[in-house]
Amino acid sequence: MKSIHDLLGEHPFFEGLPPESLDLIAGCGVNVHFREDQHIIDENAPADHFWVVRTGRVALEINTPRKGLQTIQTIGPGGLLGVSWLIPPHRWTFGASAVAPTSAIEIDAACLRGKCEADHDLGYELMKRFAVVVRDRLQATRLQLTDLYGSYAS
Amino acid sequence: MAAMRLETAPAQTGPMVPVMYEVLSRRRDLDDTFTLELAPVDSAIETPTMGQFNMLWAFGIGEAPISLAAIEDGRLFHTIRAVGSVTNALCAMSVGDHVGVRGPYGTGWDLQGAAGKDILVMAGGLGLAPVQPIITELFANREEYGRAALLMGARSPDALLYRDELEAWRARLDIEVEVTVDSAAPDWRGDVGVVTTLLPRVPFDPPTTRAFVCGPEVMMRFGARDLSELGVPLEEIFVSLERNMHCAVGHCGHCQLGAEFVCKDGPVLPWTVAEPLLRIRER
Repeated sequence: MKSIHDLLGEHPFFEGLPPESLDLIAGCGVNVHFREDQHIIDENAPADHFWVVRTGRVALEINTPRKGLQTIQTIGPGGLLGVSWLIPPHRWTFGASAVAPTSAIEIDAACLRGKCEADHDLGYELMKRFAVVVRDRLQATRLQLTDLYGSYAS
Repeated sequence: MAAMRLETAPAQTGPMVPVMYEVLSRRRDLDDTFTLELAPVDSAIETPTMGQFNMLWAFGIGEAPISLAAIEDGRLFHTIRAVGSVTNALCAMSVGDHVGVRGPYGTGWDLQGAAGKDILVMAGGLGLAPVQPIITELFANREEYGRAALLMGARSPDALLYRDELEAWRARLDIEVEVTVDSAAPDWRGDVGVVTTLLPRVPFDPPTTRAFVCGPEVMMRFGARDLSELGVPLEEIFVSLERNMHCAVGHCGHCQLGAEFVCKDGPVLPWTVAEPLLRIRER
């Protein structure tokens, strides 16, 4: 059976991290499984974990006045669920539910924040990697906001 | 001078003269989008190649450039979104109505030149229509190509074009089909996000991949950028431009971008040519 260290090492987000860094992160992680439709995150709840998605699919959701619950993004294998744990006030901005059976590594946020404070090299490396995730999501959101397909005729 | 009787008037030919076609069928694809199946009434236009477009005439109203969605035994299939007077008239046509067809025009997708390569097709919105012939050709000669994938993006699940075909293609085991939408209700079990987020899902070898990208220009820019970052050679990324095409033969200049006329030098262009053109702002 693969260790948390091994599983993290196979995930694209952690690609190229030295083994000692993976060890530190793995020390904050456990394997978790979510069944289909299982609720994972409540909007505005404390962001005390994040998840390294290995298999399955998770939907980020927001409740809207007219349309009700809307999925604004899905996160699949190779993705990360949750960035709010990194930035004060450490509360979730959106809800999340599994839309398919999902396996992930759950990382304890306080544990990893503490290790990043103690080891700034690790903290800076992770911050750079999370910045890419945040940039990609910001770009995707901007594209979605432009309603690209609505104006596209044949 | 005696008036010339219409039925004895000499037939007009030339690049600006449409050929008469009849509507054989009309399929509603989306609320505002229809596919017309057209058969020649008498003579036919030259056989189009995949990626080319025709000018379709709604008589008495005008004409519009419409990509070829399929061709079967000389019958043309055009998928049209009703967004203006001409396309509204075309979409409102009934079986038996007549449509004028000029064409085919422009450059097409070079799939045959990609024999042995991995094939990646990225489509957004109605951009699935012009790349549909690529999928058909892939299935017809599947053994000639490496791995194949179709990545499709749409505004919402209700706005997915060719849903039946997508499901049929996905059921085949020799092509990867991934679909994503910009937003959805929780009953949608598929992906939500921009189409480029699907790229890591599908296996392909970037240096030996040819990519065909068709959709809104912003989507194509981001798609080509991500493909390039993954290692797909720029000259192996092909996009289909859509500009304000009027004459379709490079005379009127409405579709001119830099030194290129999209109607005759395009619409299909390699990214090496298209990228600087897409940086030109339309006025």
